[in-house]
Amino acid sequence: MTEIKFTLNGKKQILNTDPNRRLLDVIREDFQLTGPKEGCGEGECGACAVLLNGQIVNSCSVPLANVDGQDIVTIEGFSSTKQYHVIKEAFAKAGGVQCGFCTPGMIIATQSLLSENPHPDDYEIKIGLSGNLCRCTGYNLIIKAVKTASKDGDGLW
Amino acid sequence: MKSYIAKNLVNALEVLNKDECEIVAGGTDMLIQNRSHTGMSIGYKTNVLYISLIKELDYIKEDSHYIYIGATTKLESILKNKITPIILKKIIHEMASPAIRHTATLIGNIANASPAGDSIVGLYALNAKVRCQCINGERIVPLHKFIRGVRIIDLKFNEMITEVIIPKNDFSSIAFKKVAPRKSDAISKMSFVGLLKIEDDLLLDLRIALGAVYITVVRNKDIESKYIGKNIKELKENIDNILKDYEPLIKPIDDQRSNKEYRKKVALNLIKDFLLNV
Ligand SMILES: Cc1cc2nc3c(=O)[nH]c(=O)nc-3n(C[C@H](O)[C@H](O)[C@H](O)COP(=O)(O)OP(=O)(O)OC[C@H]3O[C@@H](n4cnc5c(N)ncnc54)[C@H](O)[C@@H]3O)c2cc1C
Ligand code: FES
Ligand code: FES
Repeated sequence: MTEIKFTLNGKKQILNTDPNRRLLDVIREDFQLTGPKEGCGEGECGACAVLLNGQIVNSCSVPLANVDGQDIVTIEGFSSTKQYHVIKEAFAKAGGVQCGFCTPGMIIATQSLLSENPHPDDYEIKIGLSGNLCRCTGYNLIIKAVKTASKDGDGLW
Repeated sequence: MKSYIAKNLVNALEVLNKDECEIVAGGTDMLIQNRSHTGMSIGYKTNVLYISLIKELDYIKEDSHYIYIGATTKLESILKNKITPIILKKIIHEMASPAIRHTATLIGNIANASPAGDSIVGLYALNAKVRCQCINGERIVPLHKFIRGVRIIDLKFNEMITEVIIPKNDFSSIAFKKVAPRKSDAISKMSFVGLLKIEDDLLLDLRIALGAVYITVVRNKDIESKYIGKNIKELKENIDNILKDYEPLIKPIDDQRSNKEYRKKVALNLIKDFLLNV
C-alpha cells in the first residue's frame, strides 16, 4: 500500500492503494468513471485514453505509480468544457459516431491534438488519431469531424 | 514483492543498491510483459522501481560535440525538440502512437533490447553511448557493446541508465525504412538506417544499420570503411560488392513475423536503394 495523490477531473484525490494497479482499473473501479474502456488492454486501440497533464495517454498502459502528483482528466471531466461541446457537435454533424465504443477515446485524442495544433491538416489528424481504432466508421468521417471541430472552435485552442 | 517510486536520482540509486529491482520507466513494455487479468495489479515477478517521476532526468541538452537525452524524457518530447538529430525524429515519428509516445521513453526502448526496437537501429548508426550510474559512480558504454543479445544488456543489478549520449554530426544523405504490417503501432519486421556524408564527390562517412535481421542490430564498421574514401561513381560501381559483404551478416532469428529469405531480400534491397539514390 502506498499513498498516491493526483488530481482527477479537477479534484484532488488521495488513495492508499497498490501502486502496481493500472490507471484504467483505478479510474473505473475506485471512481466509477466508465467512459474510458478496455479494448485491447495493450496500448493498441485507444479506447482507454485519458488526458495526463493535458496529453493523451492509454490508461491501460500506465501504472498508477506514474501518476503520483499528476493531473488526469477523463472524458467525464472533459465533458464540462467548451472544447468538448465543439468536438461533440462536430462528431455528431460529421457522422463520426456509430456504435460509440471508440468515441470517448477519439474525443480525447482530438482534444490532445487540437490543444497542440489547433489547425491540423489531414495528415496531422491521421497521425493524431493513429493510436485510436474504430471498427465502424472507416475513419474518414472522424477526420472530417476533427476538421469541423478545428474550424467551429477556432480560437478555443 | 516490493515497489518503490523514486522522485529523484539519488533516491533511485539508493534503492537499487539495497534491493534488486526491475526498473519501470513509461511501462509500455513492462506492462505488456507482465500483463495480468483486468482489474488485477500488474503481474511483476520481481521488485520494481518506478523512475518516471524523476524530473531531473527529463531533458534534452547539447554542448558543442554531443546531445544528451535523459532517462525519463518521453519519445514525444524528443520528437518535438529541435536539437534531436533528424534521423532519430524520422524513426520516433513512426514509433507507436502519440498516446504511447507521451509515456514511453527512448531509454526504455534501448534497455528493452529487442532486435526489433526501432530507435536502437538509429542510435547504432549515430554511434550513441549510454551513461550507467550506480551509487558509487558511473561508466559510459558504447551502445553496441551495451546490448549483448535479445533482451540482454550489460547493466549491473545496482545500476540504471541515466542518459544516452549522441555525437553531433552532419550527413548529406539519411534514410530510415521500417517494414511493418502497419507503419506505426507495430513491431518492425525489418528496419534500415543509412547515413552518409559526401564532400567534393568523395564519400567521407558511411553508416548502415539493420534491425530485426539478427539477434542484435547489424552494423559493420569494417565494411563501411572499405568504401569510405571512394568517389560517388566508384561507390555505385561497388554496390553489388557491398551487398555481397552484407549478405552473410543477415541471419534473422526465427519468428512468425516473416520468413528469413524475405527479410534478407528486403534488407539488401534497402541498402541498394539507399546507395543508388546518392
Ligand atoms: C502499442 C505499442 C506500440 C509500440 N510500438 C513500437 C514501435 O513502433 N517501435 C518500437 O521500437 N517499440 C514499440 N513499442 C514498444 C515500447 O513502447 C518501446 O520499447 C518504449 O520505448 C519503451 O519505453 P518505456 O519507457 O515504456 O519502457 P518500460 O516498459 O518502462 O521499460 C522497458 C525496459 O527497459 C528497462 N528500463 C527502462 N528504463 C531504464 C533505465 N533508465 N535504466 C535501465 N533499464 C531501464 C525496463 O526495466 C524494461 O526492461 C510499442 C509498444 C506498444 C504498447
Ligand atoms: S485498452 Fe488501452 S489501448 Fe486498448
Ligand atoms: S464507432 Fe464503433 S468503434 Fe468507432
